[in-house]
Amino acid sequence: MENEPIIRFQDFGFQYTAQAEPTLYHINLDIHKGEKVLIAGPSGCGKSTLAHCINGLVPNSYPGKSTGSLTIGGKNAQNMGLFELSQTVGTVLQDSDGQFIGLTVAEDIAFALENDCVPVGPMHDTVARIAELVDVKQVLNHAPHEISGGQKQRVGLGGVMVGNVDVLLFDEPLANLDPATGKQAIVLIDEIQKRTGCAVIIIEHRVEDVLYRPVDRVILMEDGRIRYDGDPDSLLCTDLLPACGIREPLYVTALKYAGVALTKAMRPSYLPELTLSDAQKEQVRCWYEQHPNAEVNAAAPVLLRAENLDFTYDGGHHALRGVSVTVHKGEMLSIVGTNGAGKSTFSKVVCGFEKAQSGILELNGIDLNTLSIKERADHIGYVMQNPNQMISKTQIYDEVALGLRNRQVPEEEIRPRVEETLKICGLYPFRNWPVSALSYGQKKRVTIASILVLKPEMILLDEPTAGQDLKHYTEIMDFLRELNRQGITVVLITHDMHLMLEYTPRAVVFHAGKVIADKSAAEVLNDPQIVAEAHLKETSLYHLSALCGIDNSEEFTRRFIARDREVRK
Amino acid sequence: MTNLFNYIDRPSPIHRLTGACKLVCLILWTLAAMTSFYTPLLVAMTVAAVLLFRIARLKLKDISVTLGIMCVYIVMNNILIFLFSPMHGTNIYGTKTVLFHIAGPYSVTAEQLFYHLNVILKNACTIPIVLLFVCTTNPSEFAASLNRIGISYRISYAVALALRYIPDIQREYRDISLAQQARGTEMSKKANLIHRLKAASAILIPLILSSMERIETISNAMELRGFGKEKKRTWYSGRPFSKLDLACMLSCAVLMLLSLTLTYLNGGRYFNPFQ
Repeated sequence: MENEPIIRFQDFGFQYTAQAEPTLYHINLDIHKGEKVLIAGPSGCGKSTLAHCINGLVPNSYPGKSTGSLTIGGKNAQNMGLFELSQTVGTVLQDSDGQFIGLTVAEDIAFALENDCVPVGPMHDTVARIAELVDVKQVLNHAPHEISGGQKQRVGLGGVMVGNVDVLLFDEPLANLDPATGKQAIVLIDEIQKRTGCAVIIIEHRVEDVLYRPVDRVILMEDGRIRYDGDPDSLLCTDLLPACGIREPLYVTALKYAGVALTKAMRPSYLPELTLSDAQKEQVRCWYEQHPNAEVNAAAPVLLRAENLDFTYDGGHHALRGVSVTVHKGEMLSIVGTNGAGKSTFSKVVCGFEKAQSGILELNGIDLNTLSIKERADHIGYVMQNPNQMISKTQIYDEVALGLRNRQVPEEEIRPRVEETLKICGLYPFRNWPVSALSYGQKKRVTIASILVLKPEMILLDEPTAGQDLKHYTEIMDFLRELNRQGITVVLITHDMHLMLEYTPRAVVFHAGKVIADKSAAEVLNDPQIVAEAHLKETSLYHLSALCGIDNSEEFTRRFIARDREVRK
Repeated sequence: MTNLFNYIDRPSPIHRLTGACKLVCLILWTLAAMTSFYTPLLVAMTVAAVLLFRIARLKLKDISVTLGIMCVYIVMNNILIFLFSPMHGTNIYGTKTVLFHIAGPYSVTAEQLFYHLNVILKNACTIPIVLLFVCTTNPSEFAASLNRIGISYRISYAVALALRYIPDIQREYRDISLAQQARGTEMSKKANLIHRLKAASAILIPLILSSMERIETISNAMELRGFGKEKKRTWYSGRPFSKLDLACMLSCAVLMLLSLTLTYLNGGRYFNPFQ
């Protein structure tokens, strides 16, 4: 029985009722108890569908037709209901906010027990035990909005662990977490797995972040098929990941650029155990020395000047404490920091959604406090994280035209402006489409277009690439960079370390309502103190350069990014 | 943004009562107040309600918004009664003591004023109790108590979830509204009504769309954790009734009986000082 896989896909295929083509083809996959498996792949590769087949949402909530067989715990999964499957498979969903059902932490952990009619006494005991295990004992009586994103995810994990499941399934566990919290989440998953001996399945496209702790196996999916199924070290020796549109760990890419031939024995999948021979280290040093200094841009005139901004919310939360930030014309810069560090409050104050109690806020030397929200929007455009929160018209054209119509611009002037903007955003072919027919990334473009049409000097984007895979991420970011080249100042609020390194020369780091650093992204990420304080994650290039004896890790990072940009083009 | 349904956590004996007990008491109390127009009883209940309010350590400013709305309601209610039925008191009490004449069919009679006093008293003795229930019942216990008094747990949970999402949706509404204002949708009182209605729809569409996403996630999360599997479920926050709980429910039952008895002895629902 020990060798019987807990999950077995045999020539399994699946097609959603609403779709013309199957989403999964000929899947053959065994997962055993005690294994830790990473399922990676670009958006639309079928990895989420595969996960839904395992937890029963397919076909119970999302109906469709399957072929071949899938057995879970020895039983045919297609005949098992959602509830029966939930006894074996515990799923932690991507949206740690959305899956928080209970009104308090304790109730959320207890939810499955309540549904199982467990009496109150034993229920309280189990909740206490699980809370200890996932380390949320201190916050048992807290409401969801009183705890951090990382804690929410722990609660989510606790909520499925009460059922003594054999399989823990994590659907994009890193999507909503800041980098440091994501790192902790990976550690926690690793510890829980060791302690419980469950099979752990992690669905994620951020391979490097998951590999922060070793995994037994990586399944790489593309177009509904399994492209690779094996140990992570061998996978990293190939070029399969980039070929499928997944980002390799940066240090692996850097080694490849330096011409180092990777082998399984070098243990490339786990950085702490990566071994390089002296000759290989020399190769990396040579590469570093051969590449020119990355260019640094000269400072342009000041566009936005914030000085000593102080802001306290009605409830007494002191969100900004003497914040000073200067944005230059034509710049592209990142604002980073943990949730609650003051990034969003800062952007709200800049857009006029909130008013700072003290401090100076000027745009081109004009006091912004004299302008209304609407007037500010002519200069500063704000793009919310979730495009569905912004789109209020059913037609793309109307959505983009909305801001102009609201400003009583004559209709004959609106048409050329909207069309021009749609062209810039690559949406012109879709101009007569309904918004609902667009993908998430395209909707995002529509929201950006609806802001750009007002011709702001600066746009401020909240997490522009959240939840996007490498392909869509590159699409959105290249588009923003193109806008930036055309002279629009771009400010990004982000959790994505790579985005900040790759696209924004400058990074402003917020922590506890203050600006704790304002320098180049490479400098920020190579400063262990700032990294720790602001919950960032140092880049693996830092470790690689140290391993190879390169002192200037910042410059190494910069040269790598410059090279990577050329290669990816 | 003030929240209408606001649990206020303070140490008091009323807070310690179980949610189900408070719900039963609320229902009995309200029935007692609804069935009777027996003025001394209503006065006594009003005084008791205010006292209970003090015992629960609630302050006027905690509930000022809700109280304001309620006062407007009471005033409107009384004005409408008078407009549509100025002689209602006379019909009930069988006498007509005109204090002064206004115009046409409208005269102010002592009977009518007394009737209005009763209407106000009925509201005054119920409203504090409703607020008491809302402010002292931990939202966690709300669904459990609905379920306890026999409402299906699915419906109980749906109600509790809806209440829970009110603050979230308020926050989202605010965010969306600000983003729309930035695009030039005029929300302030400067714009006329039609403009403001149009503006509201510009917020509602995104709000509905994002709420749909939220609903899909939460319903998946609930099903994945076995919601709806059994006919019954237990509640983490469920507690057995204490002696105080039983005493409270008994008192409210007695009150209800008293109200019915008075109606019976009095030969009608009305206390009549005019005969």
